[in-house]
Amino acid sequence: MGDQLTSTGLKPADFASSQEVRWCPGCGDYAILKAVRKTMADVGASLENTLVISGIGCAARFPYYMATYGFHTIHGRAPTIASGAMLANPDLDVWIITGDGDALAIGGNHFIHMLRRNFNCQILLFNNEIYGLTKGQYSPTSRENTRSPSTPMGSIDTPLSAAHVALGAGARFVARAVDTQQKQLVDILTKAYQHKGTSFVEIFQNCIVYNDGVFDPFTDKKNVADHQIYIEHEKPMIFGANADQGLMVDAGFHLKPTKLDGDTRALIHDETNRSLAFMLAEQSPPDGPMVMGVLYQNPDEIYQTRVKEQIKTAQSNNKRSINDALRDGTTWSVK
Amino acid sequence: MTDMAKSQPASSTTATNDGSMETAIVRIAGDSGDGVQLVGGRFSINSALAGNDLVTFPDFPAEIRAPTGSIYGVSAYQLHFGGRNIKTIGDHVDVLVAFNPAALKTNLALLAKGGILILDSSGFSATNLRKAGYKTSPLEDKSLDGYQLMQLDIGKMTMLATTPFGLTKKQALRCKNFFALGLLFWLFDRDRSKTAVWIKDKFAKNPEIGDANVAAMNAGHSHGETIELAGDLSKIHVPTFKMEPGLYRAITGADAMAYGLATAAELSNRQLVLASYPITPSSNILHKLANMKELGVVTFQAEDEIAAVGAALGASYAGALGVTASSGPGVALKMEMIGLAVATELPLIIINSQRAGPSTGLPTKTEQSDLYQSVFGRNGDAPLPVLAARSPGDSFYCAIEAARLAQKYMTPVILLTDGFINNTSEPWSIPDIGDLARIEVPNRTDPTDYKPYERDEKTLARAWAIPGTPGLEHRIGGLERDALTGAVSYDPANHQKMSELRAQKTANIAFDIGELTVDQGDENGDLVVVGWGSTYGPISRAVTTMRAKGYAVSHVHLRHIFPFPANQCELLSRFKRILVPEMNMGQLITLMKAMDCPAATGLTKLEGQPFLVSELEVAILDAIKEVKNG
Ligand SMILES: Cc1ncc(C[n+]2csc(CCOP(=O)(O)OP(=O)(O)O)c2C)c(N)n1
Ligand code: SF4
Ligand SMILES: [Mg+2]
Repeated sequence: MGDQLTSTGLKPADFASSQEVRWCPGCGDYAILKAVRKTMADVGASLENTLVISGIGCAARFPYYMATYGFHTIHGRAPTIASGAMLANPDLDVWIITGDGDALAIGGNHFIHMLRRNFNCQILLFNNEIYGLTKGQYSPTSRENTRSPSTPMGSIDTPLSAAHVALGAGARFVARAVDTQQKQLVDILTKAYQHKGTSFVEIFQNCIVYNDGVFDPFTDKKNVADHQIYIEHEKPMIFGANADQGLMVDAGFHLKPTKLDGDTRALIHDETNRSLAFMLAEQSPPDGPMVMGVLYQNPDEIYQTRVKEQIKTAQSNNKRSINDALRDGTTWSVK
Repeated sequence: MTDMAKSQPASSTTATNDGSMETAIVRIAGDSGDGVQLVGGRFSINSALAGNDLVTFPDFPAEIRAPTGSIYGVSAYQLHFGGRNIKTIGDHVDVLVAFNPAALKTNLALLAKGGILILDSSGFSATNLRKAGYKTSPLEDKSLDGYQLMQLDIGKMTMLATTPFGLTKKQALRCKNFFALGLLFWLFDRDRSKTAVWIKDKFAKNPEIGDANVAAMNAGHSHGETIELAGDLSKIHVPTFKMEPGLYRAITGADAMAYGLATAAELSNRQLVLASYPITPSSNILHKLANMKELGVVTFQAEDEIAAVGAALGASYAGALGVTASSGPGVALKMEMIGLAVATELPLIIINSQRAGPSTGLPTKTEQSDLYQSVFGRNGDAPLPVLAARSPGDSFYCAIEAARLAQKYMTPVILLTDGFINNTSEPWSIPDIGDLARIEVPNRTDPTDYKPYERDEKTLARAWAIPGTPGLEHRIGGLERDALTGAVSYDPANHQKMSELRAQKTANIAFDIGELTVDQGDENGDLVVVGWGSTYGPISRAVTTMRAKGYAVSHVHLRHIFPFPANQCELLSRFKRILVPEMNMGQLITLMKAMDCPAATGLTKLEGQPFLVSELEVAILDAIKEVKNG
């Protein structure tokens, strides 16, 4: 959204609706709900100006649990409804909640166009690499060979990388986080909120029922230090239990984890470098760390403002009423 | 192109002995590059200024840049004008101007026997004859003997007339269209001074081209006088028609729709947001509104039809007047979202400029075959009101009516029009916005006891509570909602109740749309012709002529397709027989059966072209004969 942090005095609990939360016990969605409520309280969001819009899926039940305005729409189409709401009221504070199937399968078209237009809003993609609500079929982000009810012999499609799709579509803010790593998640959501333009956050979310542990290689406590890196703008990209590994570019322009010593220093993250962002999104265990944090941020003009500006320009060039418009061109009068 | 009439009409209505005709139908045809649309438009305005009523129809080629001289590159402009209320583009043509063999070939079938045929011989080269598929030249093989043939070398005469202006040959030849216009102005005895002013204004940046076009027009006119002296052809007098007093303009259906939407937003005191994805023949509505930004109109070209209707719904949700415009294939894609609008009970206008289907069908041809889609085409029991515009000017008022119903009843509304209405134009009495009824549906702002699905007792509409309003925060969605709180509810009794409420809310609209009245004729009799949409013109004309011949036939035309006006079935039951002409396989008639209207006979036409008046006259006569024969 991008407003200065102001306090409305609302606490995280004030953002909770009276609806009982109905995700499976242990579902990663609970942690994300908690982080979003905390972020909203932290940034001083108001209930009345906040609009949470979702598609369909487990993730998409999210708006029901918020005390703000909420719209649970249809599968894949939340960005379209959000766009219209922002065209009507450019000042709304809009959060789009989507799943990997919702955003990247049925809603793929809207997802990329939402990102390239750069409306001022947040998109949180709860990526559990599975279709939760429909009972566990593989999704566009499922790894090859995922066994699911619809792929009993293993899936054969190449998975999509949400961050790559977003960067390729022209997103101006691309970040990643893990559901249960609350502090980081709140930090990243806060940055997403503060970014003016469409902020895209991919959140690795554990579906305890249909895809439990799929992110363990980098989210399990014992793996976090060595297989995950949290990057920040203008800071060296260092990770490892002893902070002795860094991301480096080799002579062939490959971004690679490297053992740090006196002479070798880690590359400094430049979040405005889109090529670097692609390389960061490329990293994944076991060859490299999974990269969390803001991979890319490079603000541009926002869509709502440009719509308003065109109308303003048209109005200053041509001051006329609808009655005048009806009378443009050749008219004649019959007595 | 012009497969409008499969066979030539037997009788001609061309000039009577005294050189006068009550109405005349002129068609100008040539290559896409010949400028026939431009001069056609000027002839229309000139006719209006001369005091005629008129209807015009541009017949564009489907191909964007077809090769010159080709059959599929022919562009035509038809104008029906005269001294009475003009309702159709005409069954046949009285005067045909053709700039090349392809234009002749594709349009000749429309020309009445004995009609005036003006051919530009400069376009009849051997190559062009071959491209049009002529083995021998029609200029020489006597195949055009049944017409009043005027073949002139318009190319050469235009070159001569424009010599003083120092144009290139190519530029000079581009003035041919105005030569033809000048000739037509002579034929119908028209003042051309205003047209000259218009030409000079249009070409103000290249005055020599403007002057050349005026010279070409004048040369065409003088040539007419020479013909007259030679006794080959004489002027035709077309009387004027006394239109209702008012200020007029020419308007196409697409423009009227755009103006109607902008006006509806103004009357509702709301922002208009039109979200669309381009599709023939709907795009002109998007284009027109995109050019109305100075009125505060927001237009959004979405990535697809679903995104378009989604954005329109989102805009309405946030308090704007959300509209999406498309055609049948696009509306098919929108249906899931329209269902969401039914469920969330938000205003939304969906305009369907129908075209021939199924699937891609005939994109540039007209049809009215999306009635089933509109009334029945959603999953679940998802009722919504459906309206249909009958003419270009009516599109303006239908847009306002759609906006009124959408907001008052918090419902999506489908407004049907078609390619024919969108592209035809007619004189339109310009209303003063101040005289139109305002649409007062305020947003809810009072947080006391707010229940998202609490309903107005009379309309059964819920309140419009838009994001940004303190104290009204609530959640809505496509999952069934509690009939009062709007919270997700899986309760069976609640679903039954909500389904009934949705049906009742829509049904109630029948009592808020005025009684159905007879458009023409008595309120009972042998036969009533029931139409909807763009069949208005031909039905109306056919009923007028048949009544003049003494037949007891009336015309009823529906604007509200769903629900029907409350008195519809009763009104129709006063006639011995009901005839329902439709450009589909009988969709309205099926709906009438379902709604318990008295039994009716259908007349279907799916040729991508409007009904001819003569076809309807035959059907009316047949129906009346059956009444008489018991
Ligand atoms: C038009 C349509 N097609 C299919 C469905 C069924 N459906 C509901 S959710 C879903 C997949 C959801 O997966 P994802 O977006 O990853 O969300 P998750 O449940 O994993 O959070 C599907 C296929 C639907 N509701 N609507
Ligand atoms: S199915 Fe998976 S994603 Fe859905 S609620 Fe249960 S744990 Fe969460
Ligand atoms: Mg999923």
